[in-house]
Amino acid sequence: MNPPYSVIVFTTAAGAGYGLLFWLALAVVAHAVPIEPVLGATGVLLAMVLVTTGLLLSSLHLGRPERAWRALSQYRTSWLAREGIAAIATYIPAVALAAIWVFAPEQRICMLVAAVLSGIGASVTVWCTGMIYATLPTIPAWNQRLTAPIYLVIAGGSGAVLLNLILSATGLWQPLAVWIVLLLMISAFGLKLGYWKVIDMRSHRVTLAEAIGLTGYGPVRPLIPPHTQANFVMREMGYAIARKHRSHLRWLVILFIVAVPMTSAVLQLTTGGVATRLVLAASAALSVTLGVLIERWLFFAEAEHISIIYYSGQQSRKGTSGLASK
Amino acid sequence: MTALPERTEKKLGLVIDLDTCVGCQACATSCKEWNTQGELGPLHDDPHGANPRGTWLNRVHTYETGEGARSRTVHFPRSCLHCETPLCVTVCPTGASYKRAEDGIVLVNPDTCIGCKLCSWACPYGAREYDYNSGVMKKCTLCVDRIYNETLAPEDRIPACVKACPTGARHFGDIGDPESAVSRLIDERGGFDLMPELGYRPTNKYLPPRSRTDVPPPIGTEVRDSASNALAERFFAWADQLLSR
Repeated sequence: MNPPYSVIVFTTAAGAGYGLLFWLALAVVAHAVPIEPVLGATGVLLAMVLVTTGLLLSSLHLGRPERAWRALSQYRTSWLAREGIAAIATYIPAVALAAIWVFAPEQRICMLVAAVLSGIGASVTVWCTGMIYATLPTIPAWNQRLTAPIYLVIAGGSGAVLLNLILSATGLWQPLAVWIVLLLMISAFGLKLGYWKVIDMRSHRVTLAEAIGLTGYGPVRPLIPPHTQANFVMREMGYAIARKHRSHLRWLVILFIVAVPMTSAVLQLTTGGVATRLVLAASAALSVTLGVLIERWLFFAEAEHISIIYYSGQQSRKGTSGLASK
Repeated sequence: MTALPERTEKKLGLVIDLDTCVGCQACATSCKEWNTQGELGPLHDDPHGANPRGTWLNRVHTYETGEGARSRTVHFPRSCLHCETPLCVTVCPTGASYKRAEDGIVLVNPDTCIGCKLCSWACPYGAREYDYNSGVMKKCTLCVDRIYNETLAPEDRIPACVKACPTGARHFGDIGDPESAVSRLIDERGGFDLMPELGYRPTNKYLPPRSRTDVPPPIGTEVRDSASNALAERFFAWADQLLSR
């Protein structure tokens, strides 16, 4: 699949925003952070800025962005519509949470309700994002059980490094935030390895002979193309990434979203300096952002669409490559 | 609504004969011609300049099957199959994509489509093309503006591709009606679905190439008729034996 940049930036930014919102909400419910106005203001604000930026950018992917509001109507069948509704609905408890946190922190019950609804809204939205991809049988790489959980865990992980950064910057740092980062990055590592193993091992679902319904006629190969210029299907579905690059990029994903934040986490737990911790937390956040962008790009670039077989005659990915293939 | 109708009164669709299709592209060009013309044609092309852009609703591939003397050229027209359970419709967030309850035709409303392209991702047949000029998705309409068009002569109320096919390789009708000509054709010729295992239940069917002799007859073979043949054969066998002594 041709990686759409607006969608990549959207899922990266909005994922981090919803992840941050989720952890802030959970922290409120669990009494894990002090109810300081500065934390509520910066934390929830940053989360909503990331989400809003992402949503606005995602409209660039549309041919008719001015009609985006129509995308909310078909929630009965469409995960994309569900995602849109969940995203918009989450604004209400999130804004309420920020307002209560800053202006009326003594309203404990209201704050708890807003926090619980924010956490649920954030999780549901990210889950819907993952399900948009996971429910497409036309793209075997995505059509697997790990796709939606990976979206959830990576959103949680990128939110956790942001929360850790905010806590460091506001002088409210505590080891628990680092432990959450560690836990999520290890989960992301495991899930991503599992994902790659599935797409490397999965044999072709469809051959050209099956696609045109002529099995039993011997091998089938394209002879004359239907047109001489690339059409939409070839541009949109026909992206192929070199095997060598794919393997390198997988290592970069592991480096940026697992190795760097984990090293940073261990160093934060063992050093005492406030400034050092802030630098470490910031480098982890930067690294994870970069890593998730690469992971999302690769998510598209590695995925092959069944329909391209009408043009290529065969799917380009065959067998294994490097990381996770053994 | 993107929820699918529980059943459709008719299942209008195409039956495409891979035996008689000669890959002439007449169906593709007549489709293009009908759907681009006038004020109401759904396709908006930009055919000029260094990077011309346009949308076609029908594409004709040419494949080769088998090896050597057993090889065979197969022309394969590919367009929307108007599936009974099309994921392209159910993934649509706006309701612009829909399947008509009365005849099963799958359509896109160009006034409500937001151009998110998710339906094209959901189609395994590559049947939907994004129109870069109008920012919405385009697909085969089964010439819904011809088949019910009372300003056309009755014999013209069929899809443009069917009308144009010079070899009669394209057939249009109600595939849901077991007595229809297309249904009988499907039964007689073993019409099949494309990639049935994906579960989209296409309405359009394809007819396989007819079987044929794979081995050419030896050179110099004479045409024989059976009655006099046996006697002549025996005479020549006897002569052969006699001369071989």
